Amino acid sequence: MNGLLVLPVAIPLITATLALLFRKSSQLQRWIGVLGMVALLGAVLVLFRDVHNDGIQVLQLGNWAAPFGITLVADMLAMLMLGISAIMGVIIGIYSIFDIDRERERFGYYPLLHILIMGVNGSFLTGDIFNLYVWFEVMLIASFTLLALGNSKNQLQGALKYVFINLFSSLIFLFGVALLYGMTGTLNMADLAVRLPQVENTGLVTTVAMIFLVSFGIKSAIFPLFFWLPASYHTPPVAISAIFGGLLTKVGVYALIRVFTLLFTDASVHNDYLHHILLWVGGFTMVIGVLGAASHMEFRKILSFHIVSQIGYMIMGLAFNTAMGLMGAIFYVLHNILAKSNLFLISGIAQRLLGTFELKKMGGLYKHYPFLAVLFLISAFALAGFPPLSGFWAKLSLVKAGLSLELYVITGVAILVGLLTLFSMTKIWLTAFWGTVPEEVPGHFGKLPLFGAGKLYILVIPVMIIAGMIILVGLNAQPFLELCMTAAEQLLDTSVYIEAVLGPQ
Amino acid sequence: MDTILPILAGTIFATGIYLLLRRSLILTIIGIILISNSVNLALFSLGRLSTENPPLIKAGSLEPLAPFANPLPQALILTAIVIGFGLLAFALALAYRSYRELGTVDQDELLKDAEDTSAAIVPKNDFKDGGDV
Repeated sequence: MNGLLVLPVAIPLITATLALLFRKSSQLQRWIGVLGMVALLGAVLVLFRDVHNDGIQVLQLGNWAAPFGITLVADMLAMLMLGISAIMGVIIGIYSIFDIDRERERFGYYPLLHILIMGVNGSFLTGDIFNLYVWFEVMLIASFTLLALGNSKNQLQGALKYVFINLFSSLIFLFGVALLYGMTGTLNMADLAVRLPQVENTGLVTTVAMIFLVSFGIKSAIFPLFFWLPASYHTPPVAISAIFGGLLTKVGVYALIRVFTLLFTDASVHNDYLHHILLWVGGFTMVIGVLGAASHMEFRKILSFHIVSQIGYMIMGLAFNTAMGLMGAIFYVLHNILAKSNLFLISGIAQRLLGTFELKKMGGLYKHYPFLAVLFLISAFALAGFPPLSGFWAKLSLVKAGLSLELYVITGVAILVGLLTLFSMTKIWLTAFWGTVPEEVPGHFGKLPLFGAGKLYILVIPVMIIAGMIILVGLNAQPFLELCMTAAEQLLDTSVYIEAVLGPQ
Repeated sequence: MDTILPILAGTIFATGIYLLLRRSLILTIIGIILISNSVNLALFSLGRLSTENPPLIKAGSLEPLAPFANPLPQALILTAIVIGFGLLAFALALAYRSYRELGTVDQDELLKDAEDTSAAIVPKNDFKDGGDV
């Protein structure tokens, strides 16, 4: 039992409440926002130390014994995800100070942001499948409101698509939970992992596995369920785009990794198709996403399609179902959250300077803002997988895992998609950065310094922090890879998880 | 009951899907409501229905009189209904707002891509004087 486990949920809730109390003062809300995120990061680090030293930490809420009450479980995967969510929280907290306008602040941007983080953290920590549904809904309602906040025409359009597809996916998820409960009579994930292999109707277990794949697949935007993502993620303000693009889809990926390593394993699903389907889905997601990106000329739309493409890599790692593959997938998730959010944040700065997201109307950023260009290059190269940046190690471990399983086609596809990613990034580079300064630019373009008057540095410093982390992880990848390996081994050996929750069997 | 409820849930689900695929936004919302109810029904009928003693503990005893009915599905459904209610209220508000803003409930018209994607970005200040950040 470790009481600290409630903190990643409790701290954002307290911060959101405080921000709501002081909603009349934008200044106070901003400071509460940043401080709350820093406190969250501190709590996660303390918890991380416990998990790192003593293994999986468990908290039975209300002191109800394991399969009856709600259990919070922190294994290494959950901790890594919590860590990255807290880091993103701090980054977005700072970036929002400049990026979010007065009107949105007044209508509760900060409370919503913290509720969103609470939902995300709850999803990572929970050990109960119905509770996971509840956390998903907490996350969803916050994200719905954040997406629609502001009421501009294209935001409403984006929100409509996002809201209805996500409502539908939640209902499918709930139906899957109902079937699981009908089959086993339990909702605790560790208990489910024990009982699912004993279910006699194995066909039904496969069916439920597919229901979960569709539901989480919609949330994480895998092929062929991704259409809503590029249609909505480019509509809200950049800070919101970044946290959606970086963090939210990865919660879906986390849920997929969790259920397909704990519940629907080879022991419970007597069917070879499962990992084949995941492999095909992963491959198509990679290819379609990157082709979609190649066909667009709007900064954030290109990035949105790349989210889809990158999800494919993670699904591929999951489909390999080996320690190496899972390690690659987890490392890929972590690296991708950093690189992708950073690109979104940079697109925001570019828009502030040039007044548009349309690449055709952009240009001259390299000439006037070379430092911003360097920051973009770091993130873009990391995304494409250039050594020695973080993306290289992520792709390398996935390729290595693929080759050791002798799956040459999908590995080849993964490498090819990496090249195409570079093509899209080059497209942005050639137009927005190297291109000539367009005729119509806002009056401040070229005159406004990144550091100094205008306070653009509030936007640039978070970007610098993430770029620094990308380089750090890239140059010193070994400890991070080892953490991911620990997480992957814990996932593959489900008995550790089960024993931690239910006690010695 | 054991056969009627699943058939009913399935029929409602199918009706919901049909409505979900219509072009009017209002019908889509009604579709979501129907699917939500059918899933709740499914949760109810999958929760091991039985006509046993109520799961209440009599004064002075420590456990309910066996065999007692399973109270958990009702708790789950109640949670799901409350969550569904909140989300639907939001969806309705969103639909109404979109209708006011865009003047139609036909999804083909509603979801035409907007040209200017920067519209949501409101400058907090005009860089010149450093503003009020």
